[in-house]
Amino acid sequence: MMNNNPELSAVHLDALREISNIGMGNAITSLAQLLDRRINMSVPLATFMPFEETIQLVGGPEELVSCVSVRLSGDVPGMVLFVFNSKSTYRLVDLLMGLDPGTTGELDEMGESAVKEVGNVLTGSFISAIYSLTALDIKSAVPMFAYDMLGAVLTSLMVASGRTEDRVLVLETRLFQEQAEASISGHFFMLAEPGSINKLIDALGFSMT
Amino acid sequence: MELAAKSVAEIQVGIADYKIARNPCRLITLGLGSCVGVSLYDPVTKVGGLLHVMLPDSTQFNNVSKPAKFADLGIPLLIKEMRAMGVNTGRLQAKLVGGAQMFSGLDDKLTLNIGQRNTEKSREILKRLGIPILAEEVGGNRGRTMILDTQTGDVLIRTLGNKMKVV
Repeated sequence: MMNNNPELSAVHLDALREISNIGMGNAITSLAQLLDRRINMSVPLATFMPFEETIQLVGGPEELVSCVSVRLSGDVPGMVLFVFNSKSTYRLVDLLMGLDPGTTGELDEMGESAVKEVGNVLTGSFISAIYSLTALDIKSAVPMFAYDMLGAVLTSLMVASGRTEDRVLVLETRLFQEQAEASISGHFFMLAEPGSINKLIDALGFSMT
Repeated sequence: MELAAKSVAEIQVGIADYKIARNPCRLITLGLGSCVGVSLYDPVTKVGGLLHVMLPDSTQFNNVSKPAKFADLGIPLLIKEMRAMGVNTGRLQAKLVGGAQMFSGLDDKLTLNIGQRNTEKSREILKRLGIPILAEEVGGNRGRTMILDTQTGDVLIRTLGNKMKVV
């Protein structure tokens, strides 16, 4: 059994970063196809941190964000989620609906479903990449959506998923699309339970001993 | 920055945390979603306390590292600390903010409505301790920032896109 406060070795964190890299690579390829735009991603971060600090990775607690989250069950209980700040959210809507950059300034029902669609595509392709890499049994629940204060959104999500112990594993990647008048940046998180971290690392051929 | 009349100290209360302050001071907790902010105020000594509750019931967990995370432990803890500061608990007045349901969608496991359970448990604990709830701004689907002003006992509530509300 693994201890309750897992501090993984550098090798294990590398393995997790690789998972994140492959999953996100697949996800942004799908998004690039959907938007017909080139999308970049940052080098993934794999670390343990108090869950409150995940908020600071994205922005201030009162910042307006959209968030799509999918709960995972099966071999890898946990959660994957994408967070976009409000500006990026509006730009995603512009791009998806073929509107001029800057047209969207608030999220109506149409806009909301456009953002949900982006979230679904991203989470779905992330999960399927992990699945083909590891052959683990990963079931994903229906996506959930929120559009409000960052702190309220992330905290509620972690409470609901039971991830409120002192430190959680965070795989984080930033995705961005640079364009003079319409850059988009988003944050991706995968939150996993200690047991599922073991399984992921095992499936990649690293042993946890 | 306007400093003149507004230089009242502001103390931030983190998630699963609590803070107590004497007048003049503002206690603030940012971005309450399903979490519930519980303010306690003694109008005579003007001592205020603010608690940011994440979960209703600690008895469902094996090891509890942070009592302030839970309504059932956090509220009594806050009261105990306030009493240690000379507050007569018979004068305490409570206000509750938060307990929202932030996410929409069909995943049952994520719509267990922890917000509502946080609110209900907080009410229950306060009732058991004989502390009246003067105001509530709970439920719904909006994130809220809560500020307790120790000068007046007022609680200010900020939601995105709306004017500050005072209860």
